[in-house]
Parts: sequence; C-alpha cells; structure tokens
Amino acid sequence: MGLMKAKPAAQQMRRRSSGGRIDRTKPVTFTFDGRSYQGYEGDTLASALLANNVHLLGRSFKYHRPRGIVGSGSEEPNALIRLGRGAYAEPNLRATQIELYEGLYAESQNRTPSLKFDIGAVNSLLERFFPAGFYYKTFMWPASMWMTYEHVIRRAAGLGRVADDHNDPDRYEKAHVHCDVLVAGGGAAGLMAALHAGRSGARVILADEQNEFGGWLLAENDTRIEGVDANSWIAGMVADLAAMPEVTLLPRTTVFGYMDHNYLTLVERVTDHLAERPAHLPRQRLWKVRAGQTVLAQGAHERPLVFSGNDLPGVMLAGAVRHFINRFGVLPGNRAIVVTNNDDAYRTAISLNEAGANVVVADLRIGASGPLITAAKDAGIAVMAGHAVTLADGNHRVARVEISAVNEGATQITGDTVHMDCDLIAMSGGLSPAVHLHSQARGKLAWDDRTLCFKPSATHEASFNAGACNGSFDLGAALREGARAGVKAATAAGFKAFTSIETPALDTPKQSWRPLAAWKITNGEEPGRGPKAFVDFQNDVTASDVALAAREGFQSVEHLKRYTTMGMATDQGKTSNINALAILADALGSEIPEVGTTTFRMPYTPANIGAIAARDIGHLFDPTRLTRMDEWHRANGATFEHVGQWMRAWYYPQEGETMAEAVNREVLAARTTAGLLDASTLGKIDIRGPDAAEFLNRIYTNSWLRLGIGKCRYGLMLKDDGMIMDDGVTTRLAEDHFHMTTTTGGAAGVLDWMEEWLQTEWPDLKVYLTSVTEEWSVATLSGPNAAKILEAAGIDIDLGASSFPFMSMQEAHLGGLPVRIFRISFTGELSYEINVKARHGLALWTLLMKAGTDFGITPYGTEAMHVLRAEKGFIIVGQETDGSVTPPDLNMNWIVSDVKADFIGKRALARASMSYDDRKQLVGLMTTDSQRVIPEGAHAVIDPDQPMPMEMLGQVTSSYYSPNVGASIAMAMLKGGHSMLGSKVYFPMLDGDVIEAEIVEPMFFDAKGERING
Amino acid sequence: MLIINCPHCGPREESEFACGGEAHIARPLAENSISDAEFADYLFLRDNPKGLFLERWRHSAGCRRWFNIARDTVSHEIIEVYPMGALPRKKDALATHAASWRRDTAAEKAAERAAQKAQKPAQKPAQKPARQKAAAKKAPGKRGGK
Ligand SMILES: [Zn+2]
Repeated sequence: MGLMKAKPAAQQMRRRSSGGRIDRTKPVTFTFDGRSYQGYEGDTLASALLANNVHLLGRSFKYHRPRGIVGSGSEEPNALIRLGRGAYAEPNLRATQIELYEGLYAESQNRTPSLKFDIGAVNSLLERFFPAGFYYKTFMWPASMWMTYEHVIRRAAGLGRVADDHNDPDRYEKAHVHCDVLVAGGGAAGLMAALHAGRSGARVILADEQNEFGGWLLAENDTRIEGVDANSWIAGMVADLAAMPEVTLLPRTTVFGYMDHNYLTLVERVTDHLAERPAHLPRQRLWKVRAGQTVLAQGAHERPLVFSGNDLPGVMLAGAVRHFINRFGVLPGNRAIVVTNNDDAYRTAISLNEAGANVVVADLRIGASGPLITAAKDAGIAVMAGHAVTLADGNHRVARVEISAVNEGATQITGDTVHMDCDLIAMSGGLSPAVHLHSQARGKLAWDDRTLCFKPSATHEASFNAGACNGSFDLGAALREGARAGVKAATAAGFKAFTSIETPALDTPKQSWRPLAAWKITNGEEPGRGPKAFVDFQNDVTASDVALAAREGFQSVEHLKRYTTMGMATDQGKTSNINALAILADALGSEIPEVGTTTFRMPYTPANIGAIAARDIGHLFDPTRLTRMDEWHRANGATFEHVGQWMRAWYYPQEGETMAEAVNREVLAARTTAGLLDASTLGKIDIRGPDAAEFLNRIYTNSWLRLGIGKCRYGLMLKDDGMIMDDGVTTRLAEDHFHMTTTTGGAAGVLDWMEEWLQTEWPDLKVYLTSVTEEWSVATLSGPNAAKILEAAGIDIDLGASSFPFMSMQEAHLGGLPVRIFRISFTGELSYEINVKARHGLALWTLLMKAGTDFGITPYGTEAMHVLRAEKGFIIVGQETDGSVTPPDLNMNWIVSDVKADFIGKRALARASMSYDDRKQLVGLMTTDSQRVIPEGAHAVIDPDQPMPMEMLGQVTSSYYSPNVGASIAMAMLKGGHSMLGSKVYFPMLDGDVIEAEIVEPMFFDAKGERING
Repeated sequence: MLIINCPHCGPREESEFACGGEAHIARPLAENSISDAEFADYLFLRDNPKGLFLERWRHSAGCRRWFNIARDTVSHEIIEVYPMGALPRKKDALATHAASWRRDTAAEKAAERAAQKAQKPAQKPAQKPARQKAAAKKAPGKRGGK
C-alpha cells in the first residue's frame, strides 16, 4: 500500500451475508484513488467497489460527467481504470474485468484534480457548444493550426494516460497453434459445443474472457440444470472437459480477432490476477490460432435505455445488477428502480427483492404479462405498467427519479408523473448478440423484428454461431444450439461426432424474449431539450447528437459514426450501437435494417501491444548479420553502422581521434599506401546454365554475350519503368557460369527480381540462381602498395598488369589460402577484391594486415569507402538514386546498349517523359568555402534571396570533406543539372546561413584514371 | 491471414508468401510498336476488382516458386492454384480471364502474335482445338503468361 497510511474501510456495507462465488474467508485489501478498501477473493474491482458502496469511478470523455459502473463484463463503457504504478501502470482497463488481488492499486481517470471536483466538468455547463461534430466544426481551419489543436484536444479529452517514460517491464509470449474446433465463449452454449466437439476426439480450444467458465449462468440462481443448480452444472461440465486430453481450456482469454481462413487471435491474461507473479510465467500470452472450424458463443450484451440522466453513477444494466447480487454477493443499492422494455429485467427485480432491496418496476409495456411478471407481483414488487423513467437526477449518484406514464414507444408522457427517491436504477433495453467476431470475419447480419436485434447470417468462414450470440436467448435453445454446433463443427473438421444430442433437463423461468421498441424515452420536453440522454457513454454521444447529425445530412451510418464518434471508443459501442441506429432510423423516417450497421473491427476488447509484440522486441526484433572478420573489427576499436541487417565497420578511430580525423587518415592511406576494407557484405549471386549470358543480357542494360571467361564487367539493372534498381560487377567464371555482385542492401531484392523474370517471363531460359553472399568472405585491398602486400603475403600468380589486367579475375593461393581475386576498383586505385571461402575470412584478414604492416596497410570502414568512391564520382544506388533516376540522368548512357533488341527498362527509357529538360540530373559540387561541407539532403536554389516558398532545384545526395582533394566535395541531383556546369547554386540552411557552391563534373580526383594500375 | 496451397509445398501460412499482384499481364517487347499510353497501361495500370481476381504469388519464405491463384477478394476464398504460364481450369476463373480488358490491349495482341510465331513450326493439325489454343497461350508473357 506504499506510503499511503489510509485507514482501511473494511465495512463492505453492501456485501450480502451469504451467497455468491466469492470467498469470505479470504479478505483482500486494495487501493482506489489513494483510499484503502477491502474485498474478497473472487471479486472484480467493480464488485469490490460496489460492496463498499463506491459508485463514482471516473469522469467522462467529453463533458467530464461523473460516471459509474454500468455493466459487469467486457461491455463496460464507463468504469475505465488506471491500474498499477510506475512502469507497470496501464490505463483504460474495465473495472468489471479486473480481478481483485492483495495490494491492487487503482486510480480513476480523466479528472483534474479529483474525482469529486473536476475542472473539466465545466464542459458540461458549456454543453451547447459541444454538439456532434464539434471537433470538426471548431478545429478544422486553418489547417495549419490542426497540430496545435490536436495537442490540446488530446490532452483535454484523452482517455487515460500511459506510463510515462518507461519501457514495459513485463514479459509476454506468443503461441502458434492449430486446432480442429475453437469455441469462443464458455457460457451455456460454448460449454455444450466444446463438450460435444471434444467427445469426437477433435482438438478443441475453449476460450472465455472471464476467470471462470459459465458466462451468464454464473449469476442465475433461479435456474436448475439436470436437477442441480446452475453453478454445480457448470462445474460438472468443466470437469468433463478438463478430463479430455485433446481439449484445451483457456479461461481469462479473450478471442479478440477473427481473420481470413479461420485465423484467430486470443490474448490470455496469465498472471494479471495474481498478487505474486511467478517469474517463469509471462504476464500475458498471445495465441495465434488456425482453427479448422469455429463455434462463436460469446453471448449477448444488454442495451441501456436512453432516458435523461441515464449516465449517472448508480444507473446500471439490469443483468449486471443481477450479476453483482448473485455472483458476487453485492447489493448495489437499497432503493432500486427497475426500468425495462422486456421480461428479463424481472429476474433482476426478483433478485433485488430477495436480497432485501426496496424495488419498483417501471415497465414500458402497457399490457405485459407472463410467469415472471406474476412472480414479481407475488413477491410484493410494485409494477408500474406503461411507465418509464423520464428523468434520473442526483449529484455524483442517482438519488431521484421521475416516473411517468408513457405511450407505447415512450415518445410522449400520457399521464401522471411521480417522483421517487432511489439509489439504483436497473435498466434493460433488450439484448444485442455479440456478433463482433462473426462481423470481423465479414459475416453478414440480419435484423430480427421479433427480438429487436441483429443476428449473424451468412459467413465466408468455417464457422457456427450458437446461443445468445446467435440471437437464441432462451437457455434451452442455447444449450441445444451449442450442442448441435459442437457436433457440426467436429463433423466438418473430419471427426465422427455423436449425432444424438442430449439436451439437459431444465428448470428456469419462462419468459418472452420480445422487447418493446422504445428507443428514446421522452423527458416531456421538445426533442433535443432538457437533460441529456446518453447513447454512447464512453464517447459522450447523446440522443440529440445523433438526431442533429441526421439533420445535418450525415445519414449514412458510416458517416454518423465518424461525425458523432458514436461507437468509436475503446468499447466499440457494445452497449450503444443498436440504440444509435434506431434513433438514426427514427430521425430519417427509416427502418433499422435499411440504415444498416457498421462493421466491427478487431480487437473485440483492447489488446496489450506488449502481448502483440511479445519477444519480438529490442535485439530480437530483427536479426543482426556479422561478417567473419567482425571479431577483428571489434578487437581493434571499430565503430559500426547498420547496413540493412548487416553490422559493418564504419571507421577505426585510434586513441584520441575524432571521427573526421579517423576517416581522413583512412582515406589518405588508401591513396598513399594501402587500405583494407571488409567487403564481405556485398551481395553475391551464382548464376549458372546454358542461357546464363543471355539472361544477363536481358537483366542488365549493357552487353554480356561476348564477355570473356575470367573477365569482369560493371552492370546496371533497371526496373521495367526504366529506373535504376541496382548495380554491381559480374564476372564470367565459365561459359555457363557467372558470379554476380550486388549492393549490400539490394542482394535479396535482386535475387527475387531475377527469379521472378526467370519463372514468370522467361521460363524457357535454362538458368538457375543461388545466393552465395554468405559463402564468401571478401577483403578489398586498395592503394599503390596493394600488389606489394599480396607478394609479401605469398601469392602464386603474376600480378603484372598485362598478365592480370584490370577488370579480370584469377584464382590463386594467398599465404596458402585458396582465393578468387577480382581486379576491380571502387576507389580508382590499384585494387584487389580477394574472395575466400567464408570460414577463412578472419585468416585472410589477419594475413593481409600482417603482410601489410611494412607497407602502411590501414583498415578502413564504410565511411572512408564512401569518401573514396565520391572522389571518383562513383554513385551508390539508393544514395544518388531513389527509384526515380535513369541512366541518362546520371550521364551513364555509355552503359545502355543501343543494339540489344530488349532488356528490362528499354521500352520505358524511350518514353517521352524520360527526355524532359527538367529531370533531376547528377552533378558535382565544389563549395566556394572549400572547407565547408554541405549537409546531405540540403536543397539547392538558384537565388537564395527569392521569397518563400523557394523554387527547389534538387538535393545533395553525397557530401564529404575529401582529404585527397583538400576540399569539400559533393554530388547532387539537380533539375537540368547537366546543362548548368559552371553555374553557382545556393543552399539555404535552417539557421538562415547560405552555402554557395559551383556545379562541376562529378569527378574530383584523378580524372584521367591513371592510378588504376598502381 | 490466408492459407495458400503452394503447388510444391502444400498449404502454408500467408506470411510465407509474397503477393505479386495481377496475373496475366503480357509484357510488350521493346521492338513492338506500342504507344507510350499503351505501354503505361502495362507498366502502371492494375485491376482491383471486388470478386474473383487472378493474381500471382511467390512462396518467398519457402520454395521461392511463383504460381497463380484465383482468389475472391470479398470472401478471400481461393478457388484455384495453377502454374505460371497456364490458364486456370475453373470455369469462373477462366471467364474472369476472358473478360479482362487486357485481352484487347496492344501489348497482349503483340505478345500473342509473337507466341504464335514461335509455336507455328512445331504445331500439328489440331485435334482438340480448345486445348491446343490453351497450350499456345502457354508461351511466355509477363506475370505468368496469357
Ligand atoms: Zn512452396
């Protein structure tokens, strides 16, 4: 309980002396808003607070109105709680679903500074200024202010608050499973389905969001099944299921997503309910289930009635009241008004009466009769037929009601109005099947005029609906349907199920499931006047908001939803959607089925992002690839950079060196003595087959048919739209065998690309491709001393320029290691790319470092590599190019064949738009201040004094200080750049400074290429 | 998430596959006299129908082979998996193929001419004309042939 020395308030004054599924021998102490309370094991936070007569649990979203508990499960729209402290704090949890444990710490939300006195409640006084579409109307213009508005709105209106500046310290897990039958919901229908499917031997998963199975039956003390009370029957069913080896029981598990081909996501709350959480268990587990068949048995949600003041704490759903009395032994109020349009609420009235409350029933129906009504009257409960609650009033809790005689439909007050004091209203507007999963799977819904609800109809999935979620609210029907669905699902999954279905003998009150259509109860004033009647509690949408939206032309249900935000809160309108549709239909003079309904989206209830990410976080989020020389780089103080998944040595700072100093030293060494680069990450693809040369001829822009064996050639690959995709050097190893290199980042994409063309366009070509990137370790030795170092290391071939010319490959032994040496150069220096079987990588590297000691060998990283190639004006695909750059844009027409009939991108290059003057073209830049390096990405303008917005010419793609040139050098893609040589361009900086540069050829060093032979 | 029946590996999770978009788009060869507009149709225009769609998939995290499927974009039902370069066999899928606007494009007609040219020397008198025609269409054409 921390530092708070609050006096325990152990009274539980609303706890009944007996009954319910709580353990009175195990008291539990918890804290709500800094105050200590007591409940019992088996309580939810909601039931424990109600036991302590706490009804005020939070403030509402828009008007900051006081709100309390409405429901008893996942449908709860109001009682959102921030649970836990510090890094463990989690907002927006429903108090009705939080299981109580010793030391539980909870806070109310959306109130400043306290729940009873809230500054934001002033919104409530300004309610005329917060109509439907308020945010759209008020904060739309000017658009540039939206960011500011949004910030204010989010702070003012946000639901809850996440833990500040903390990573989630909990551990989560994922499970991937297949099953034959997944049963979602473990109430009466779900238990029957699981049992009947399980008996066939099918692999069954039964998941239920509550801590125990049974659903609504857990609260029905008036029902006996097979001669025993409902709770005993449930226990027997669960024991039978637990004994089946192929049945997996998952309590505390919400099926929250239903995706294509029977792929469902479940979140299991493994330790959330425990005071002491074992370290070996994850907090939550995400189940990804591929189900052969599904049985959807998630039950139904009770609808509120829409009357003025229906959002006051103490106004609850009738079924929820019954739930709290019978399952938790809590009587939420002593003076109760039950207001209903159907029979079922009479069961609540009877439970209230039995628990000792003073009960009055206002039944909207004028002539309702039946066994339940008779039973209520016999018990001495006052029943006012043809009456409705037309106003509820009170301060932080309902205290008074106005009950009036109303017409059928409750649109007019037809007789006397009486006032009564009360502390609880149990309302019932009928039931809405929980069709969420069915709807997520794009199943259709059909309106049922008799029971006034949408029921599931056609589905694309292998799925059955059963019980209340199928609109079968009668217990007997639900049990039968559940059993039948279990048999059907198991059979469809290929199992032999017993076809004779035993329906348990039932003793439960008989009732009608046909409510009266009364969607908006009048308060005696003109529509839209008088105290608010809420439809969507969580997003504070009132009946008049819905009517207003309809008048303003938002007549499609999808528009209504977005305009009023109806049903868009975290509860997705579980209790409110149907009422809103009915009110909209009424405003439009239409019918509910014509208005239609919106589609439900996953998740059914909010799912924790931690559970969705599970272990795929931090260093496990993405694999890291290391070269075989990595160990040496680390031992020698390299810094690293990510290149795709690869970790590449970036530069090797010596003691006291800055990055610039280290890079300059490396760059200079590669042109004065020798540099050594780990180039193992270059993509390498082995290409074989009689048509290999023809294949390359189509893939690359230049000619490949006559490349000699042992010769290397640079190639450029285009997409079919003519844009540069990748480049690299490819070498002919044999008549039918090539070794291709790609950029480090492009390797996988290039392989896929070539496979696609081989398989889909040119299946007649006999070629096969193998990725060999990780087969080879590569060390690139570059600089005037390169050949001397190879000699010192012991080489068995002649390195003379005539016997081993530029752009050729030789196999050799280097210090005894079998190597392939490619005489190619990305620096412009004499350079050897030495390839060795991957496992010899470190041996090769250390051999060269040792042999080069006397020749000034210097390891260099990717930063120096970039500078060295930029000095020569060599492009890097993905740096100079961005998917919108053609070879002509880079002045690389020389590599595009005129004579080939076809290659990928050829036709596209002939498009008219490819030769427009204003295409961005590659140029070099020399800054006027030779020591000033332009930031990469800087935008060029012709006139830095022009008014804003300035006309942009293009951007700097590469920019470095070149120690070999002794000046800053850069490359840029500028509109019409090729015709601007010698012009000045300007780069305005964020701080108002302007950098001036001259456009030059992108070639800064050894323009004649004299150094290539050392 | 779909289950896709790879012709080589059997039914696998969608996450193992990559979708290659619309199938049966003939690639115009560079020498074809085809206008920029017609070429743009090939390059940029892709169908996005509500209902049956013929599309290319690759078992990217499996055998890496390409194949075609006929999938209903509403129900996500996959009614047929068939090889690259072939036409579907299911009646609905074949009708979808025949009804596509691409059958009338210059690119497709040029590809058809090229394919017929390539096939002619070997072709014998047709016994089963329908079959033969389908076979002729097996000639290469971008995104899985005609
Ligand atoms: Zn495969």
